[in-house]
Amino acid sequence: MPRFTHSLLTGLIVVIIVVIYAYGFSVTQVNLDELDSPDRQQSLTRILRALARPNFFEFDQEEVAVETPVWVPCPSGEPPAPSVAPASGPYMTVTPACGDPNSEVTVEGFGFAPNSSGPLNFIPPSGVSLQIGRIETDGGGHFLTTVELRDRPNAEAQMLRAITRTNVGGPHLSQNGRDTIDKIIETVFMALLATTLGTLLAIPISFFAAQNLMRTVTSPVPSVALSIILAPAGVWLGARFAGVVQEMTALLAAQPLFSLGGLLAAGAVAWLGLRLALPGAGEEEERGDNSLIRIVSGAVMAVAVLAGAYFLADLLEAAGVWLATRLGLFDFVGDFVADIGGIIRLLLPVVCALIGAGLFLGVAGSLGQWIAERFTPATGKIVNLILGALAGAVLLILLGLGVGWLYQITNWRSIILWPGVIGGILGLGVAALTPYNASLPTGYVVYTVTRTILNALRSVEALIMVIVFAVWVGIGPFAGVLALGLHTVAALAKLYSEQVESIMEGPLEAILATGANRLQMIVYAVIPQIIPPYISFTMYRWDINVRMSTIIGFAGGGGIGFLLQQNINLLNYRSASAQILAIAIVVSLMDYLSSALRQRTL
Amino acid sequence: MLASAFYPTPLKLTIAVAPILRVEHLTKVYDNRVRALDDVSFDVNRGEFLAVIGLSGSGKSTLLRCINRLVEPTSGRVLLDGTDVTGANDAELRRARRRIGMVFQHFNLVHRSSVLTNVLAGRLGYVNPIWSLIDRFPKDDIAKAHVQLERVGLADKADDRADDLSGGQQQRVGIARALMQDPDVILADEPVASLDPVLAHSIMRHLDEINRTDGVTVLCSLHFLDLVHEYADRVIALNEGKLMFDGLPAEIDDEKFKDIYGKEAQRVG
Ligand SMILES: Nc1ncnc2c1ncn2[C@@H]1O[C@H](COP(=O)(O)OP(=O)(O)OP(=O)(O)O)[C@@H](O)[C@H]1O
Ligand SMILES: [Mg+2]
Repeated sequence: MPRFTHSLLTGLIVVIIVVIYAYGFSVTQVNLDELDSPDRQQSLTRILRALARPNFFEFDQEEVAVETPVWVPCPSGEPPAPSVAPASGPYMTVTPACGDPNSEVTVEGFGFAPNSSGPLNFIPPSGVSLQIGRIETDGGGHFLTTVELRDRPNAEAQMLRAITRTNVGGPHLSQNGRDTIDKIIETVFMALLATTLGTLLAIPISFFAAQNLMRTVTSPVPSVALSIILAPAGVWLGARFAGVVQEMTALLAAQPLFSLGGLLAAGAVAWLGLRLALPGAGEEEERGDNSLIRIVSGAVMAVAVLAGAYFLADLLEAAGVWLATRLGLFDFVGDFVADIGGIIRLLLPVVCALIGAGLFLGVAGSLGQWIAERFTPATGKIVNLILGALAGAVLLILLGLGVGWLYQITNWRSIILWPGVIGGILGLGVAALTPYNASLPTGYVVYTVTRTILNALRSVEALIMVIVFAVWVGIGPFAGVLALGLHTVAALAKLYSEQVESIMEGPLEAILATGANRLQMIVYAVIPQIIPPYISFTMYRWDINVRMSTIIGFAGGGGIGFLLQQNINLLNYRSASAQILAIAIVVSLMDYLSSALRQRTL
Repeated sequence: MLASAFYPTPLKLTIAVAPILRVEHLTKVYDNRVRALDDVSFDVNRGEFLAVIGLSGSGKSTLLRCINRLVEPTSGRVLLDGTDVTGANDAELRRARRRIGMVFQHFNLVHRSSVLTNVLAGRLGYVNPIWSLIDRFPKDDIAKAHVQLERVGLADKADDRADDLSGGQQQRVGIARALMQDPDVILADEPVASLDPVLAHSIMRHLDEINRTDGVTVLCSLHFLDLVHEYADRVIALNEGKLMFDGLPAEIDDEKFKDIYGKEAQRVG
């Protein structure tokens, strides 16, 4: 019986597989007739031939026109003299030199360019040229052909004109070739920028996505609640702070000299503040002794650093503009300098918001720890309930504001009041259910959230992301860089974090055992272990980005894909062929390069 | 220090009044319900060389790791010089840890870093954290690191990569790293189990020398009884997480031996 069920099962599986493939054939419209039909085969031949002749090079061509008179019909007097051979250059003869309309004459050419071809035209006095045949010269530049004269009777001599085109000089890049080279360079740089951007962001994110680092991070209930309440405030204050400092520095931005002075002054103040806030690399100070001085000097230093950064941005922008007008061929270096200034200005509020959030999170953490340690269980529980309710309210109000913005809801009750009330109740409930001194697995939550976001991002191809970016920043390579960069962040952060998860635990233990903090542990025990795999994964990603950037233009991302798509749509297969060839060469070259480099780092 | 000033060798002054380390009712139950330590209590006197013995899986590593809380104990207390390590918050724990050096069976050096960096890492609990993140250490610490390397006979290896050293050399780097902490106590978890017998003695002699001349208390888990007899002042023995024995090495007779290692065990050392 088991034997029988076994065969039954096998049979069933076979049937299911057959059905699956049958359905697959039908939905993918497999059609063998198409492969066979002469029309299709002709198209295939045409496209293959075009692809085999990539339009990369062309010759300058010279057009040579040779004329000889002919009479239609023959003039009444004496017959016209046959044309005589000139001293040099190509010439042709017509025999007979006159004839009735639609009669045939023999045309013979001498001294033409060998192996050339072109039209043979009949030119009546009206000047309109009528093609009556083609000529093809042999290796000696001679041709002989018979053509029918046209029915354009006239007393005057009419003309037969042979036109041949010959290549002059060596081959040179065609317009398409030039465009292809331009675009393939753009493509490679798109991949470079996307990889750089992605790598820079993926490195810090990968630590948050590594289970072995995050698993051990836990926080008491009040810390978590305070973090939720204070982090948004930190973000807001940080961004606000950047805004205020920018307004202050903007007063001086009109004059680059002032910016320079500001930068130097800010640098000096920041250095002084650093000296005061950090008493050298020596012993860590015991808490409390001069912490006020340190806090004040730290704050002054923060203002100085930020102001300095804005001055730097102003200065770079001014310098870039100045350079761009002076560097001629290298004006892009000036643009680059100005762009760096712009990027600094763009990033500063974001960085400040992040630092603000970080600072407030730190404060929330220690404050929460303090609360958890100081209070009696009963008081602790009450504090937890209050903080829990507040945190729940803040969380849901933020969510409400987000939803309100997305769906353009302006009714404050539904985006602030109700979320606040519901969040408060939920927070209260959660705080009531958790023991007052529980340590919550914050690290694990951060890990899970990071991983989930990364997985979601990674499942959307860069080719699709670029559609959104093309709408945002316009069709072109910049949109491609952003889309590829974003996808690179997601993909690399996951690969990196897996490397972090597979490092040896021993050194981590050893460093922690010396009394080091988590950050020191990461710098001294984690980073040295992950450098080689990080480099190798970056190379691998670079490979993928080069490939992707060749086609991201299909969806509006710039680079060679853009050109390729245009040529395919215009049926310029010979031009498209040049781009395909360029892609093949560059991709395999980069492939080779990166694997060679990867070998070295391992 | 005091001890060595008054009694150069081989006499040792161990002060019984205030133990440097006190372990009270320490219990560890791992997530998989394994009870690796079961109500273990003992004191360690200042300047003592205490061996921890027991079969594989008896909980030696767990015990040593619970003392500096690399493993979080389930219950019980650890007092270092009178202060509670088990109840310490983050900052207090780091302060306690920097006084407890640790030496590992597999050395646990950071392979791709230089020997000097590995040794300097012993100062991480003391130095300013921000400067240390960009690899800046005070001159005194760097000088000190060279002194410690000299002491373990590796003065010329400071700039080598840690994984270019042999096992015995790596363990000596591990000891130098522990010494950088100016430790009151060194926890050594089977420091010689991955080394051949000759190297084992050389490493044990280093620990012994540190114990005698610097007065550093040493807790050292060991597999071989002959090493215990040669180096330890006192022995504690674990079996399935329970403390089976606490006394002098010479007191381990055949009866005790069977308690510690089980009925079928054959005495070789
Ligand atoms: N991280 C862990 N999770 C779960 N169980 C563990 C863990 N570490 C150790 N154990 C278990 O706890 C018990 C004690 O282990 P421990 O490593 O302390 O023994 P040991 O005496 O050091 O052994 P060995 O001589 O082999 O090093 C063993 O049964 C072990 O399987
Ligand atoms: Mg062990």
